[in-house]
Amino acid sequence: MNDLADYANQLLAGALVTIELALTSLLFGLLLGLAAAWAKLAPSPWLRHPVTLLSNVLRGIPEFLIILIFYFGLSNFLADHFDGAIEISPFFGGVFALSIIFAAYSSEVFRGAFLEVGRGQLEAGQAYGLNRFQLFCFIRLPLAWRTALPSLNNMWQSLLKDTSLISVVGLEDMLRKAQIGAQYTKQPFLFYAAVALVYLLLLAASNPLFGALEKSANKGFR
Amino acid sequence: MLYDYLGFAFEHGQELLDGLWITLKLLALSSLGGFLLALPLAVARVSPNRTVAALARGYSALFRGTPLLVQIFILYYGFSQFEAVRNSPAWFVLADAFNCALLALTLNIAAYMAEDLRAGIIGVPHGEKEAALAYGMGRCGSYLHIILPRAIGIAAPALGNEVVSQLKASALASVITVLEVTGVARRFSAQSYSTDPLIVAGLLYVAVTLLLSLLARLAERRINCHQPR
Repeated sequence: MNDLADYANQLLAGALVTIELALTSLLFGLLLGLAAAWAKLAPSPWLRHPVTLLSNVLRGIPEFLIILIFYFGLSNFLADHFDGAIEISPFFGGVFALSIIFAAYSSEVFRGAFLEVGRGQLEAGQAYGLNRFQLFCFIRLPLAWRTALPSLNNMWQSLLKDTSLISVVGLEDMLRKAQIGAQYTKQPFLFYAAVALVYLLLLAASNPLFGALEKSANKGFR
Repeated sequence: MLYDYLGFAFEHGQELLDGLWITLKLLALSSLGGFLLALPLAVARVSPNRTVAALARGYSALFRGTPLLVQIFILYYGFSQFEAVRNSPAWFVLADAFNCALLALTLNIAAYMAEDLRAGIIGVPHGEKEAALAYGMGRCGSYLHIILPRAIGIAAPALGNEVVSQLKASALASVITVLEVTGVARRFSAQSYSTDPLIVAGLLYVAVTLLLSLLARLAERRINCHQPR
């Protein structure tokens, strides 16, 4: 157990990287997912079909493989075109890949949630004289957000767990730190079990947060 | 670009097919084993006995709340820490990368399928449970003949989705050196400094995913064929 205490600082630093990676990817993933959902619902077939196809293809490929493709693909691309002047860090590569994965899945949820918004609600908004932008911000988005939240909670849980995959391309996240500790102390079980516990705690801690979000999104509904 | 992909696929077709075979073996065996494990877990989950229900809930929470990669590491690297494990018959499974990945995938999907089946059991109409009682069936008989078959039908779409997800989860076996599709692609990618093998592997997964979704929908219809629509 003393070995674990020696590495506690390292593991904690790793846990922070894990949380940062997950939150940054969540932010970009949500924005990208919303944009993709908008494209999937666009009247123009030139926008609708390519985005739908891309999202369907991405959802058929293992997350791990997507991470490898985007991370190494981006590295190779930058190396070929900028002669190594620009390199991407595992953190940036991780955010890039995880956001795209999150967007591929969440765009489908957002698309469904936007379709759920009742016509009457939008007409009421129009009757109040809201313009298209206001209609989106005050009527369409909050109502869709409410329908989407339970699925987004599931996706956030997958995202947090998927951050562990970035350790394979060299990010010093919690799992990578545990690997290093396990190698030096020859106590792999102890270290991996400790990391598993932290993941459990992080996921358990995010549940009440989503509960509060759902409660506030359901204001005005019975 | 397309030419590169096709060229790669033809040149290393044999290795890719070998990898695909291992991926499908992992998928089929872990899905089947996970389903058989999920049945008793789901029944335990709705058990009136609080201890049994709590144990089953704990199992699900543990496997659904931690990354699969960590589970694989614990099984493959973690248990080797204990000499008692190394000397036990369990070492036969844990020492081999394929067996270890298979075990992790099986235990993992069982947790997810148990939750789906639990929802299915709860969703069985009350009248059908009463009908079983009226026929004089005990708890065991009614589960075996009435509740579980019906629950499997109700949970079928969710179970199908778990199998499709499992195809994607099986890619993680490559991290502990199993040469399934992703493992083969990673090896070629490292040799050639190119992402083409990874992309070809990705397209292969998309094709298998499409095929699996189709099979799942057919199976679902077959299981529920006696239900009025």
